Amino acid sequence: MNWRIGISSFTYAWFLLSLLGPIGALLASAVDEGASRLWAELFRPEALFALKLTLLITVIVVVINTVLGILTALLIVRHPFPGVTVLNTIVDLPFAVSPIIAGFMLVLLYGPNSLIGGFAGEMGYKIIFALPGMIVATLFVTFPFMVREVVPALQEVGTYQEQAAQTLGASPWTIFWKVTLPSIRGSVFYGIVLTVARSLGEFGAVLVVSGNLINQTQSATLYVYQAAADFNSAGAYALSLLLCATSIVILVLMESMKKYQEGRQA
Amino acid sequence: MKPLQLSPQAERVPLARATTAPPMELGKWALGSMVTGYVLLLIILPIGQLLLTTLEGGWQRFIAALTQPHAWFALQITLGLALIAAVINTVTGTVCAYALVRYPLPGKRVLNALVDLPFAIPTAVSGLMLLMLYGPKSWLGKTFSLYGIEIVYATPGIVLAMIFVTFPFTIRAVQPILQEMGQEMIEAARTMGANRWQVLWHVELPTILPGILAGFTLTFSRALAEFGSVVMVAGNIPFKTQVASVYIYGEVENGDFVGAGAVSIVLLLISFGLLLYQNFWMKRQRFGWWERILARWTRRKERAGELENWDI
Repeated sequence: MNWRIGISSFTYAWFLLSLLGPIGALLASAVDEGASRLWAELFRPEALFALKLTLLITVIVVVINTVLGILTALLIVRHPFPGVTVLNTIVDLPFAVSPIIAGFMLVLLYGPNSLIGGFAGEMGYKIIFALPGMIVATLFVTFPFMVREVVPALQEVGTYQEQAAQTLGASPWTIFWKVTLPSIRGSVFYGIVLTVARSLGEFGAVLVVSGNLINQTQSATLYVYQAAADFNSAGAYALSLLLCATSIVILVLMESMKKYQEGRQA
Repeated sequence: MKPLQLSPQAERVPLARATTAPPMELGKWALGSMVTGYVLLLIILPIGQLLLTTLEGGWQRFIAALTQPHAWFALQITLGLALIAAVINTVTGTVCAYALVRYPLPGKRVLNALVDLPFAIPTAVSGLMLLMLYGPKSWLGKTFSLYGIEIVYATPGIVLAMIFVTFPFTIRAVQPILQEMGQEMIEAARTMGANRWQVLWHVELPTILPGILAGFTLTFSRALAEFGSVVMVAGNIPFKTQVASVYIYGEVENGDFVGAGAVSIVLLLISFGLLLYQNFWMKRQRFGWWERILARWTRRKERAGELENWDI
């Protein structure tokens, strides 16, 4: 009995100290500033621009990452080729790469002095220190999410239904839309939620590739960083609280998804 | 007129082949090259370019960039602090996972949902939170500074930031194993007279060890890589709070790509090593363990003559 009380109270204390403490501290500081002040900060042109930019990047990244994540998973599970284990490991690499290093690598490859970046520059396109670079950086850090969600789902679903559809004369395209995709849609949704969470919150990689230019390449997290560095605490709190609220909504979504999937299995 | 004389079957076979097989092959090739191209542009070429840029000047230049006092200090402090954070989070995470699985805690649902919060909160915001909690203006920060303990803009702040962002890893790695384990083995050990400690040491810990190790590896490699929260809490003070990722950022901003690249390569080697260990060695270990049990089971059934009708 003592054992149980000890472990339980330790758990509560640890959650309180390391999770709720910091969150509470942010909330308390924000309350100190006053709601009207925070509200005004949220509608400053720079803050609005940062929020819109983050939203734009997230939408583009979710679309590209979902399509290519599903395609990659299909390739790994349904059409394995020699060397598929290598691809499988490469998919996980972005998890092991520090976001700062990811951004740095993209600057080296696509920066103005590089082969690709130089060519794009001559054509009149800017990759690094512009929106495309921020999108590529976010794609890099979110790449594993969709693949990692969809691969086990595809393995679990198996190919019986697809084969049945094929013998009934369905084209590969019809099979994908009518059979494969509906059977993995839970995992795809989960992957999208994870991608959204990471895209909204990505900081390191985006900081390196964007140059953090106000009203040009400053996303929401960069705005928080800049505001904190400039001692504009109200501005930092306002956007932080908004991002936090979004995170909590995402978390609730994830939890309900988990419950939904458990319910389906049972 | 000749084609009309073919039997319906003869006509159907080549037609069927023409409509299903070649497009599938084509689709497979298109899929393969599309994915390969994407992975190449997004992941492989950037890594290749990093190696190329850093090692172009030869090994001496690489070693010199690495052993530069700032870089060397940043690497050492990063490894040390990430180790501390990983040890703390592995121990506390294991205890928390144990409580969450085994005990009927009031508000367990909420706690369980809260675990993932650090993954969902942007790291820059996590840094701001810690700054508010332990910063010079906060109540805790003032209390600690009264006793001469610096937290923010010092090494304790870095460890706290690393602990916050890696909070979920160990809990989420240990939880499923504990859940799967069930009570049977523990009850068996208890009926044979084992006390609480013996059950813990000989039954529970060995079972959840793979989860603990996985949690430790993930926590350590994430702590090594962390940037956003660390730079907010600890700043960028050379020889004091400049961890490797912050150092790399500084060098990139200064345009010293070789200096940034050398430290990046060392960090990448460590993370890739941990990833490979995680993906291959540990999976094979666990898989081998299962194989052995299954082989033994099959042999026993064979001996008992039960497998005759089995289609294996």
